[in-house]
Amino acid sequence: MSEILLKVENVSLGFGGVKALSEVSFDIVKGEIRAIIGPNGAGKSSMLNCINGFYQPSAGRIVYKGVERSAMRPHAAAAGGIARTFQNIALFKGMSTLDNIMTGRLLKMKRGFFWQCLHWGPARAEEIAHREFVERIIDFLEIQAIRKTPVGRLPYGLQKRVELGRALAAEPELLLLDEPMAGMNLEEKEDMCRFILDVNEEFGTTIALIEHDMGVVMDISDRVVVLEYGRKIADGVPDAVKADKRVIDAYLGVAHE
Amino acid sequence: MLYRESGQFKSDYAADQAIFPIRQDRIGMAAILFAAFVVVPLIADHYFLSTILIPFLIFALAAIGLNILTGYCGQLSLGTGGFMACGAFAAYKFATAFPELNIVLVFLLSGGVAAAVGVVFGVPSLRIKGFYLAVATLAAQFFLIWLFTKLPWFTNYSSSGVISAPPRSVFGFYVTGIEATAEAKYIFCLTLVAVLALVAKNLVRGRIGRAWMAIRDMDIAAEIIGIRPLRTKLLAFAVSSFYCGVAGALWAFIYTSSVEALAFDINRSFQILFMIIIGGLGSILGSFLGAAFIVLLPIFLNVVPTALGVPLSTATIAHFEYMIFGALIVFFLIVEPHGLARLWQLAKEKLRLWPFPH
Amino acid sequence: MIDILFGPLKEIWEFPAFFAEVVIGGLLSGVMYSLVALGFVLIFKASGVFNFAQGAMVLCAALTFVGFEELGAPIWLALILTLGVMLLMALAIERLVLRPLVNQAPIILFMATIGVTFFIDGLFQTIWGSDVKRLDVGIPKDPIEFAGVQVNSFDIVAALIAGALVGGLAFFFQSTRIGRALRAVADDHQAAQSVGIPLQTIWVIVWAVAGLVALVAGIMWGSKLGVQFSLALIALKALPVLILGGFTSIPGAIVGGLIIGMGEKVAEVYWAPGIGGGIEDWFAYILALVFLMFRPQGLFGEKIIERV
Repeated sequence: MSEILLKVENVSLGFGGVKALSEVSFDIVKGEIRAIIGPNGAGKSSMLNCINGFYQPSAGRIVYKGVERSAMRPHAAAAGGIARTFQNIALFKGMSTLDNIMTGRLLKMKRGFFWQCLHWGPARAEEIAHREFVERIIDFLEIQAIRKTPVGRLPYGLQKRVELGRALAAEPELLLLDEPMAGMNLEEKEDMCRFILDVNEEFGTTIALIEHDMGVVMDISDRVVVLEYGRKIADGVPDAVKADKRVIDAYLGVAHE
Repeated sequence: MLYRESGQFKSDYAADQAIFPIRQDRIGMAAILFAAFVVVPLIADHYFLSTILIPFLIFALAAIGLNILTGYCGQLSLGTGGFMACGAFAAYKFATAFPELNIVLVFLLSGGVAAAVGVVFGVPSLRIKGFYLAVATLAAQFFLIWLFTKLPWFTNYSSSGVISAPPRSVFGFYVTGIEATAEAKYIFCLTLVAVLALVAKNLVRGRIGRAWMAIRDMDIAAEIIGIRPLRTKLLAFAVSSFYCGVAGALWAFIYTSSVEALAFDINRSFQILFMIIIGGLGSILGSFLGAAFIVLLPIFLNVVPTALGVPLSTATIAHFEYMIFGALIVFFLIVEPHGLARLWQLAKEKLRLWPFPH
Repeated sequence: MIDILFGPLKEIWEFPAFFAEVVIGGLLSGVMYSLVALGFVLIFKASGVFNFAQGAMVLCAALTFVGFEELGAPIWLALILTLGVMLLMALAIERLVLRPLVNQAPIILFMATIGVTFFIDGLFQTIWGSDVKRLDVGIPKDPIEFAGVQVNSFDIVAALIAGALVGGLAFFFQSTRIGRALRAVADDHQAAQSVGIPLQTIWVIVWAVAGLVALVAGIMWGSKLGVQFSLALIALKALPVLILGGFTSIPGAIVGGLIIGMGEKVAEVYWAPGIGGGIEDWFAYILALVFLMFRPQGLFGEKIIERV
């Protein structure tokens, strides 16, 4: 097996008396598509929040790129190459599609305050170089027509796409997707699947995703981890997970009845 | 038919990112600058220059400052007056302590002092947001004004507390003090404001502006894509206060020719806030439009009823102003939060399609 | 420097009776802040609106009351008429400002109430004039001595009235049907709506009650300082009170008001002379600011948990 990008070891997370996660361990291998599934309230989003530094685990450790992570803020995780999208879209509503995706490039833009004031010379050259990169993402996601539209006015499916674009603009090593297909119709889901697979193949980006649509999860992911009530109950390739007795009881069983 | 962009193709991203991508806009802007720098000083009288245009320019500068903080970065401030006062008193101290110092440098340095003070009062923005922050900025407002009124060091131990701005010249022309002509003051203000407005526009359309707007629209998401919230907000506080500080220095040195803390009380802060709400939150153009509106409204209220034969008393005019401002703010917040600037943009879009309605 | 900081402490130690007087005076004027802050809390709890106009409402209520009195109305009639005006104002604000702005960001609503502040300031001063008016509702203002400490009887009466008002409100919220509906709305707008509580009616009631509180505060303050524009500015001090007490807590508003009132009086009497005086203008704000850094949710507020 190839290199491990991120390793979660015995991570627990509590809010007051409620335990959102207890002693969860799994790993994410470089280049794979890793799905995290589970019933509502199983702690999936909390898991992603721990990985990108929004929550601090109350116990356990997270090893990213071979280094154990100490307590950190989300912007530090971003600087380390972790990007994500959200269950309830978190775009910058007052800005255009182009500007939203450009914010994804912020960490790569280095020109200082002085040149920014002039918007000339190096600052302008940098701006244009990044604009070219962003235009490639816009082409890739097929959203050329809405380049200058404020995202607040876009329909839901397109907003999801712009959010993916913003995460991609950061050229992440690890991309976290929180329910990328929730609330989409069949056609939009197919598009989104295609984008996710393309991103994985073309850029070699490692992806961890949460998704409710079992068909999609089993089709596109390489390995699946299943959570229930904050505990891991299964972990493995889709076929093995599908056959797991506990998973069927906890989760798929409900759907089959 | 004149306002068409058909036939103007952009072949590179640089052209697409220009401030005025449409040719007619560029021509319009050039015409406005020409009129402002050449025509106005030739034809305008003393009254028009020194009671309308100069305060308009200074207000516009302060409004740009507040717009950067509130309109772009989303941090509501009610302390604008306090930061303007910082600029005014810092300029006075610099100008009197170093009489040889160029007045432009004095103004820029005093903007820097205001920026430093702004950063100090911006620190709470790490932990608090929205109206909590508004209350924190009220602290700046009341504390700073008190400081400048009570500590005699700031007024060079003058007994009356009201001090006049020392005369200073640029290129041999007096721009402050008794000997300065209205034309010289106007050109000086105009140049400074035009340059600073351009710098502000450059800042907001680049990396820094996008970071500010990201914090404004959703600070948590901004942090997750790698923006450092405190640093970004403090930069907004610093730049904003710099602009307000320079505006305050211009106000004291060039408009009123006297440095007094009372000119920058809480009502001044509200006045600037109204300018950006009416002119347009998150728009440099809107800062100018809002400033123009607030300067012109009292004159309009004075002139029109008199012409109609029902002159209003000064107190009534003040009350009417309050009512109109209040009503307009509610109106703009409900109907068009992007203010006059957005109305102007809509008008241009209509013009582009004219004479076809759609 | 050390003398400016610590000298007053010695003074406090040596003249405890005078210190008690200062503290009691401060507490009593703090009652006024509490009253205004109470109006803020009511509206914030019920509608999530941070009503900057509360201070202006104090001024408007006082102006209207004095105006009717000057027109020859007896006190009880002036009271009823003013209440009617405040109710009309509540209706108008709900219909013209709150309803069109429903679901907007809190900061937009906050700015809208700044607009309302200026509008009603201008409107009421246009109607009633902007001269300083004397207001006398017959409360005695003689100093009385109580266990060796001098207190103004007016302040005592004002505190009693404020206490009665708070008690009445507490009863209203705990024990009446409207009060229960109101608490439900405060907890969760949507849930309240879904069990059939009419949101808009509740908002009007809350704004009207806030108007009543403003009226009481306006009369008290007006008869102490005269009815004038600066009342609206003094009422701004309710903002730091809220920060201290927490935006959603009625006990917080009261305790916060008392702390601010006492704190600024003590600071003004003992420390201000050393640094130039007049620190009452900003003391409350700086105190609130420092407090914010350590406990952003206030003394009695709930901890804010951020979610994505």
